[in-house]
Amino acid sequence: MTIAPTLVAPPDTRRLFAAPGPSLAQHRETYGDLPVDVDLPDLVEQAGLLGRGGAAFPSARKLRTVASRGNGVVVGNAAEGEPASDKDRTLLTVAPHLVIDGLVLTARAVGARRAYLTTARPEIARQLRTEVRRRRDRLRIEVVEVEDRFVSGEESALVNALNGRPGVPSDRLTRVWERGVDRRPTLVHNVETLAHVALLARFGADWFRSVGTPEEPGTFLATVGGAVSAPGVFEVPYGASLTGLLDAAGAMPARAVLVGGYHGAWVPGSALDSTRMSRTSLAPHGASVGAGVVAVLGRDRCGLVESAGVAAYLADQVAGQCGPCVNGLPRMSDALSRLADGSRDPRLVDEVQRMRRLVVGRGACAHPDGTARFVASTLRVFADEVAVHLGGGCSAAAAR
Amino acid sequence: MPRLHVDWTRCDGHGLCADLLPEVLTRDEWGYPVSRSPDGALDVDRSLREHAERAVDMCPLLALTLVR
Amino acid sequence: MNLVNSLWYLGRGTGLVALVMFTLTMVLGITTRSGRQALGLSRFGVADLHKTASLTGTGLVAAHVGTLLFDPYAQLKLVDLVFPFLAAYRPMWLGLGTLAADLLVLIVASSLLRHRIGPRAFKALHWSAYALWPVAFLHALGTGTDAGTVWFRAIAFGCALAVGAAVGWRTSQSFAERGFPRIPRRQPQKAVPR
Repeated sequence: MTIAPTLVAPPDTRRLFAAPGPSLAQHRETYGDLPVDVDLPDLVEQAGLLGRGGAAFPSARKLRTVASRGNGVVVGNAAEGEPASDKDRTLLTVAPHLVIDGLVLTARAVGARRAYLTTARPEIARQLRTEVRRRRDRLRIEVVEVEDRFVSGEESALVNALNGRPGVPSDRLTRVWERGVDRRPTLVHNVETLAHVALLARFGADWFRSVGTPEEPGTFLATVGGAVSAPGVFEVPYGASLTGLLDAAGAMPARAVLVGGYHGAWVPGSALDSTRMSRTSLAPHGASVGAGVVAVLGRDRCGLVESAGVAAYLADQVAGQCGPCVNGLPRMSDALSRLADGSRDPRLVDEVQRMRRLVVGRGACAHPDGTARFVASTLRVFADEVAVHLGGGCSAAAAR
Repeated sequence: MPRLHVDWTRCDGHGLCADLLPEVLTRDEWGYPVSRSPDGALDVDRSLREHAERAVDMCPLLALTLVR
Repeated sequence: MNLVNSLWYLGRGTGLVALVMFTLTMVLGITTRSGRQALGLSRFGVADLHKTASLTGTGLVAAHVGTLLFDPYAQLKLVDLVFPFLAAYRPMWLGLGTLAADLLVLIVASSLLRHRIGPRAFKALHWSAYALWPVAFLHALGTGTDAGTVWFRAIAFGCALAVGAAVGWRTSQSFAERGFPRIPRRQPQKAVPR
């Protein structure tokens, strides 16, 4: 593998965000040309790269599967259906050519002659088309706009949209890496994953693993929002302390923090100091890093009320294809909302729990499962608040 | 052990499967098939294989598959 | 009674019983679609009887066509089995029978192969049953030598009543509910053009 001799590997945890700027000229000046003779599957495997789209699937495995089948298609996914996430949009604004480099390298590795970049935002699509046109890759890259819905970024929903069908998920018995776009094996990577690939190919696996944890190496992009004075996207190594990240965003004192987005889980205020952004540290709370969304619940807000709002949004975002999800999520959300609104009926808690158990695993995609996880976490972490509400009060009202 | 896979984008809760495989399936309050076991798994014991295959065959919307 | 007359009676008999079988098939098919139990049968029982009735009917049609092929009165040629309206005897009414037989082959074949062709193709082809029954019915009325008799008319009327009632039910508001109050699944909206 050839590395440009004058190229300096980013020395610390500022990697993706060390990119000089969005223009191709700046990109070439800093990173040089695309490396050739890269054994990408081996490199990605040694680096232990995990997908940055939320599922944290080992990237090497998907890569090898599609490479072995041949005649594949690669998709760089920036659909970012999660409302609380802004990292993909930010990355594409700051370092689009790292993403496109990663796309080209991946396509080369699997022998794909066609690639797509998907986004739900028209302005990003426009910008990407401009940047793609400036390059001279042999790979045919098409930028496609998809619907701005929560499930749009799901792998099979994306592939369906690219195939000209409604952008809703398909049954998971046939995975996209077996049959996807135009019935070809399709590799879907989050755009952040691709950007890491672009750096990895230049600086090597050892460099990649030099930050983060042995299990989750490298850095990831976190979107921090909610009760913070400086919300935004931060690049952080896996294993970093949660409070360190919160401080960087100027977080106010928190009742709890939602980690992993709307399909994630709450970390209670009492546990913030001891929690790190890693799978093992977050697992006891039922959470994982996911797509790096961190939302702070301030002391002036009620966890139950906010959660009920999220659950209502998730119920509204169902694709509508699957009976248990279409029926179960609104029921679960209604019961939670009535609790949040001040109903004193204790049976509502049982109803929420019952619905939560009833929907798990009974849909074509992970939407019911993720929603159930979020709701379970809500009832667990805000159990005291539930008791307060059943008694006719609300902690947030009292706090104000 | 083989398990029953439901294609939820096809299933409309006709309920023939629950008729044919009552040891494994019952119907929820909306008519959709649901596992009788608490973990939600749809494992099919070998002794029930034939009944499961009939359920797969007779589902009017072809929503079932038996996965080895 | 000589052989030729026997063939003629057999031909007409199998035809009429086939019509009754397909009437039963239509009613049970609609009942299957409704997801309800009926006549003391489970949902599976309804679907199974629907299948059995249709295959029985198909067998009877095969016998019907087979005996008439050898019956000199019918003047049936092999080509009349497939291409409608070319027959020598009552070409218009017989043609309907040929058409019905063609549709029957299509429906039965697609049903037996449904797991291969997938639910959308299966459903589209199966819907032609709504065309098959009326065509078969008209064929029976027009070609049937017994069409003038009281008993024939009574059976035909009964069949028409049964299918009419079933189709009426099928098109009614209450049909869609499966007996469970629920939010219906939605068809995905049309794809957004790129």
